[in-house]
Amino acid sequence: MRDFYGTQLKNGLMLGTAQYPSPAILASAFAQSEASVATVSLRRESGQNRAGQDFWELIRQLNVHILPNTAGCHSVKEAVTTAHMAREVFDTKWIKLEVIGEEDTLQPDVFGLVEAARILTEDGFQVFPYTTEDLVVAERLLHAGCEVLMPWGAPIGSGLGLNNVFGLRAMRAHFPDTPLVIDAGLGLPSQATQAMELGYDAILLNTAVAKAGDPAAMARAFALALQAGRLGAGADPMEPRDMAAPSTPVIGKAFLE
Amino acid sequence: MTDVTIIGAGVMGLCAARALLDRGATVTLIDRHGDIGPHACSWWAGGMLAPFCEGETAEEPVVRLGQEAADWWDAQTDAVHRCGTLVVSPARDHTELARFARRTSGHRAVTGTEISTLEPDLGTSFAKGLLFETEAHLAPRRAMADLRQSLLRDGLKTIQDDADPQHYAAHGLTLDCRGYSARDALPNLRGVKGEMLILSCPDVTLNRPVRLLHPRVPIYIVPRGNGIFMLGATMIEGAAGSHVTARALLELLSAAYALNPAFGQAEVIEIGVDNRPAFADNLPRIARDGNLIRLNGLFRHGFLLAPAMARMAAELIFDTKTPEVMHENPA
Repeated sequence: MRDFYGTQLKNGLMLGTAQYPSPAILASAFAQSEASVATVSLRRESGQNRAGQDFWELIRQLNVHILPNTAGCHSVKEAVTTAHMAREVFDTKWIKLEVIGEEDTLQPDVFGLVEAARILTEDGFQVFPYTTEDLVVAERLLHAGCEVLMPWGAPIGSGLGLNNVFGLRAMRAHFPDTPLVIDAGLGLPSQATQAMELGYDAILLNTAVAKAGDPAAMARAFALALQAGRLGAGADPMEPRDMAAPSTPVIGKAFLE
Repeated sequence: MTDVTIIGAGVMGLCAARALLDRGATVTLIDRHGDIGPHACSWWAGGMLAPFCEGETAEEPVVRLGQEAADWWDAQTDAVHRCGTLVVSPARDHTELARFARRTSGHRAVTGTEISTLEPDLGTSFAKGLLFETEAHLAPRRAMADLRQSLLRDGLKTIQDDADPQHYAAHGLTLDCRGYSARDALPNLRGVKGEMLILSCPDVTLNRPVRLLHPRVPIYIVPRGNGIFMLGATMIEGAAGSHVTARALLELLSAAYALNPAFGQAEVIEIGVDNRPAFADNLPRIARDGNLIRLNGLFRHGFLLAPAMARMAAELIFDTKTPEVMHENPA
């Protein structure tokens, strides 16, 4: 597996920490999935005082890599400020960079994203940019200093899966050495399998697990789906073809007439 | 005669005082502010006695124990209204409604026509909804004032003091009902920030609490009578601020506006913010350490669960019956 800014992850599952019915259920979802990364969204109002610390302490106790994110930020300035706050709170250089450009689809403002990625990289951050499957934008992000790309599968929280398989495949082909993460839009474990079959390194999801009726079971299902996809992709799958190819030989079969 | 000191005069402390007085105890209620007020979480409660709706995300004990609340409060105050809860969603979010229905019980589906009969002021905006007929709501501040009055009539003694529960426990049986202020003794207690508004909008009449489901900003609005409404509530983990954010105001008010544009004319008469005390599973706990019994972690279910918690505390004291929510070591 490709490494993420020098860190080898034990698996490619990155799980969000929002929207669970309770922190106890959140913890059991992490235990069941054995996810290697927890993403945490920080609000500007979050802070260092006691009440603000209670929840972060629970996240730290998960004992996984923490990837703070700038969820809900709509401008470069806001995202940069939030990233600095996250570095203080979690003592990590990692930042998942989200600069939202459109309120209804929550799709990234790719221009602001590149700008913020440049500022943060120069400031010593290791940026995980939430982007689209656009190859030119991806190129710009790498120029800005990103060493990881996180294209969306579908709009955040939509559960639609991999909306543009062609685009995602092209991205994998264009950036064979860059760690690629499907971020957002996954709803079902089968979609995670598909992401792995496309050769992606990891998936990042939150709503599909947190909003499931049984988050811990769904988390486990995604973990298994990820394994299935990775195993399958590594086993040199057969090529699809139009013509039937019987698995038992026809020649030599007895004539019954 | 059993002497009990209760520290914290919020909803948990008051309910515990009632349960213990009813069992013949002599009860002293101590609070650093003396009386209930904006410093207390329960001051800002929605007052929904909605155990079935809460079942959407809460664990089973909340649904079961919460069913004691409506009868209990009805016996203490006339501030209780038993008109059910109406749950609606905008047309594009009907999947939210279907999920809410799957994950809760005690409801029946209602059509748009029924919704406009139940709540004429919602007009024809909603084509589908769920009615939780057995649920109730109350006016929290009046309910607590009524309860406090009846407790005083029945011999409750009150003291204003910033009391250390350990100090009182050295002298006799003590109940710590301080909510989030007890975090020093309960390090696993966390605060979940909530923001709410009280609106005056005489143009709108609602007969029961209405929950508007939305994938991003679910809200509820509880009628307090005389054109007064409580609009709530955000739930923010890891928030520190003691003020309402502009975003919370925007989200809450836009959702109310979506429910009925007449709320655009409402006057905002109060803005509330507080930290709900919660343990990791969002379930309440009773913990005993010698003479000191701590009742805490009621999360967003203060009025819903305090009656059952008070009953269990009384059973622990008088019947030595171990409560199901007992935790020897909640810290």
